Amino acid sequence: MKEEVRLMKGNEAIAHAAIRYGFDGYFGYPITPQSEVLETLEELMPWETTGMVVLQAESEVAAINMVYGGAASGKAVMTSSSSPGVSLKQEGISYIAASSLPALILNVMRGGPGLGTIQPSQADYFQATKGGGHGDYHLIVLAPSTVQEMVDFVGLAYDLMFKYTNPVMILADGIVGQMMEKVVLPEQRARRTDEEIRKQCPWAADGRKDGRKRNVITSLELESSRMEVINEKLQERYRVIEDKETRWEEIGIEDADYLMVAFGSIARICDKARELAAEKGIKVGILRPITLWPFPTEAVERAAKDKKGVLVVELNAGQMIEDVRLAVHDRLPVEHFGRLGGIIPSPEEVVEALETKIVNK
Amino acid sequence: MKEEIIIAGFGGQGVLSMGKILAYSGLMDDKEVTWMPSYGPEQRGGTANVTVILSDEKISSPVLDKYDIVIALNQQSLDKFAPKVKPGGILIYDTNGIHKHPERNDIKVYPIDAMEATLEIGNSKAYNMVVMGSLLEAMDYKLPMENVIKGLKKSLPERHHKLIPLNEQAIEKGRSLVEVK
Repeated sequence: MKEEVRLMKGNEAIAHAAIRYGFDGYFGYPITPQSEVLETLEELMPWETTGMVVLQAESEVAAINMVYGGAASGKAVMTSSSSPGVSLKQEGISYIAASSLPALILNVMRGGPGLGTIQPSQADYFQATKGGGHGDYHLIVLAPSTVQEMVDFVGLAYDLMFKYTNPVMILADGIVGQMMEKVVLPEQRARRTDEEIRKQCPWAADGRKDGRKRNVITSLELESSRMEVINEKLQERYRVIEDKETRWEEIGIEDADYLMVAFGSIARICDKARELAAEKGIKVGILRPITLWPFPTEAVERAAKDKKGVLVVELNAGQMIEDVRLAVHDRLPVEHFGRLGGIIPSPEEVVEALETKIVNK
Repeated sequence: MKEEIIIAGFGGQGVLSMGKILAYSGLMDDKEVTWMPSYGPEQRGGTANVTVILSDEKISSPVLDKYDIVIALNQQSLDKFAPKVKPGGILIYDTNGIHKHPERNDIKVYPIDAMEATLEIGNSKAYNMVVMGSLLEAMDYKLPMENVIKGLKKSLPERHHKLIPLNEQAIEKGRSLVEVK
């Protein structure tokens, strides 16, 4: 199908994108505010067109282990959930990362801790970027701010997860999951043939049809010296990813006196706040990290240089602010503003926070 | 051109679908659009609202605190959102069941009896399109009717396309309820 403009919810867009980019399988379990991903996939019935498998598992734990199995055989597989469900998936995510397998995990964040609320939140920043599961590992974490980015990042995630044989997370929130916007879907990409998979993934446990040596996928290594080598290899890969895959967006930073750092849909609320602040004569720029891991540390350091203060706006009690503070080394005031419990701050509230916490301080 | 609109009322009044049809109509008219619902355990009788932004330019925040146009379809929504109309903006509200009317004189206020008008058409499901008609009439941005029809076609499933003439009739009825100030 040719490119066409459609109006879609972020969650629906993810489902369409997964099919269009040629994913082989989706395994999930419903939870608000992302149930439309599974619902849309079931409605589109890709198993009858591209052959993509869509399965509602019996639980989040089952779904992530199906992803583990699919990934181990070289397939392009994904799952999606929201905060409490993503917590359940953490053991599987750690195993997938340890086994150096490609996979896509979507988290449409809602308020926590615990079952919390079904309203939007960004309180899983720590979980997504600092571990979540056990052990020294990292996911590549992409934070979309528009429905179009929900689509585009599925394609980006596909490429990155195979390039680095590393799991990728799209960390969205209830706002971008539930809102409808204009989207352009990509043309249908063909799913890879078995032969293409064997070529791209020589490590895959895919049945040893050609009599090759046995491929073993495991996260277990009881010999410490060998485990250390595995750890070092993972770390080497993370350094390459940090070097090559850090992404961010800058809005009006050059002639600004102040800087706001925000990710996902909150960066858009900040953009509106930037307009409102300008009407009051306050010049503020925005840096929006697109990859939350790797975090754009140097870009934040550069953007904050010569500024009078930094406001970090997040839908949590202060998580990304730690990375921003590490980037600017206490050279200038870095303050936090966020609403909790699923409440979305208005652009006016952001301007007020900028004035009271930074400008008039 | 930029119109920042919130439509608020009871669940079951067709608030979200009216927003969807409005957004689709804007899309058909080559505008940038966002549609942001209040989501959650909404049900018939509970409250529901949706923010729709139509613009020539890229839209920043999909969530707002001040609006060019507020459409309030019950007392709770009127109380909550009437103070949030920008000075010079527009407030449209259904007078049905309203005991406390808005007192602002820095905005254009259009009280409409959409419930009565819907009864005249004879299909209660057309209620939201009556309201939509009043909005289209009152709004500064003149959305061409042909694009509204295209928007209806896009947002209604094919099996409901036979209802488009009824929706059109409801929109015209809604237009007649407003005398532009």
